[in-house]
Amino acid sequence: MPDPGAKANDSSLIAGIRAGDEQAMAELYDRYSGIVYSVALRVLGDTGAAEDVLQEVFMQLWRNPGLFDSSRGNLAPWLAVIARNRAIDAIRKRRPETDIEDVVVSVDADLAGEADRSIAMGKVRSVLSAMPAAQRSALEMAYFEGLSHSEISAKTGEPLGTIKTRIRTGLLALRRAFAA
Amino acid sequence: MSTHEQFADDLALYALGAFQGEECVALERHLGECASCRRELEALRGDAALLALSAGGPRPPSRSRKRLLEAIARDPRRVVTRRSRPWWALLPAVAAGVMAMIVVLLWIDNSSLQLQLEGMQRHAAEQEAELRISREIVSTLTAKDAMTLTLVASKNPPQPQGKVMYVKDRGGLIFLASNLPPVPAAKAYELWLIPMQGAPMPAGVFKPDIHGSAMLLNPPLTPGVEAKAFAITIEPAEGSSTPTMPIVMMGGA
Repeated sequence: MPDPGAKANDSSLIAGIRAGDEQAMAELYDRYSGIVYSVALRVLGDTGAAEDVLQEVFMQLWRNPGLFDSSRGNLAPWLAVIARNRAIDAIRKRRPETDIEDVVVSVDADLAGEADRSIAMGKVRSVLSAMPAAQRSALEMAYFEGLSHSEISAKTGEPLGTIKTRIRTGLLALRRAFAA
Repeated sequence: MSTHEQFADDLALYALGAFQGEECVALERHLGECASCRRELEALRGDAALLALSAGGPRPPSRSRKRLLEAIARDPRRVVTRRSRPWWALLPAVAAGVMAMIVVLLWIDNSSLQLQLEGMQRHAAEQEAELRISREIVSTLTAKDAMTLTLVASKNPPQPQGKVMYVKDRGGLIFLASNLPPVPAAKAYELWLIPMQGAPMPAGVFKPDIHGSAMLLNPPLTPGVEAKAFAITIEPAEGSSTPTMPIVMMGGA
């Protein structure tokens, strides 16, 4: 069930951050720090490093709230993607490769409310658990470990084409679950 | 297999940032040309973002909140410096820039054409005014009922006179004569252009009217000939190619 109040609140919080309102930033942090931290911790496997990514993501939003364009996606998945990309950069010890402004996340599901995110999380986990283990593993290696298809192929001994197809069909299965 | 199908699996990897190597260059080139694949890439990124929701875990420690709030209290706002983006992501901005340039160029071109048009209109108006004056002059000179008089000192009888207006560059010539004695029926006066070098050149045959007046208007002359003098002789009515002596009138530059 969409939560228009929460979504509207996201917009007003972003407007507050634009105006330099520290309280708005605190409220936004309380709302989304959980998802940002979870993604970073899942990728990095280290609480200290995950806290650093958490800090970096919200500091970037504070310094430049105009980076998030509500017409290009919802705030929750956008923050999750930024956190994931920054965490992957951290484990690969490389400079950030993706400009935040380039991140466009097209998610139809409403994820602004805590309850909505909880329902979505259950749905994603259900889809993943229904997948063949090799497919789920390939998807998670690509997303949470930041491995390329060549690295996954080398690690699993599977042909490159198989890895490619597994990842694509895995993502499409997630899409179908949320389109239903 | 269509082009889109060929890139379908690659797009999914690209959405996850898991696609590398030379194939990546070919895919990015295709993305630059294919709006359909760009939309699919956005959708795949959305699908991938859903994966993040599966990462549920503990909430961050409270010290993280304190750390962030202290940091933003200290941190002056600054704009994030942009880094390089995929070239196709700049397409809308480039297209807008090109459109703006075209608009400016068209505006400049239009202004230039407007100036040219105004210049041509001004030139045409000037020419029309000059033409009107020229017509009035010619009309007066050629009017059959024009009275032509030569004023001389009161005790002198009227003398034959001729006036030549000659424009070398285009070979234009107007000749006006007055008080000329009549010539025999088979004879006529002939005007000669005497150049700086070479033989005299015929410049028109004429007979005076009953008042002794005559006029030549732009007889056929070669442009660019510099005249030393003009002379008049009496020749057969059809004209001659060389002057027959004596010279009855002459004037030098």
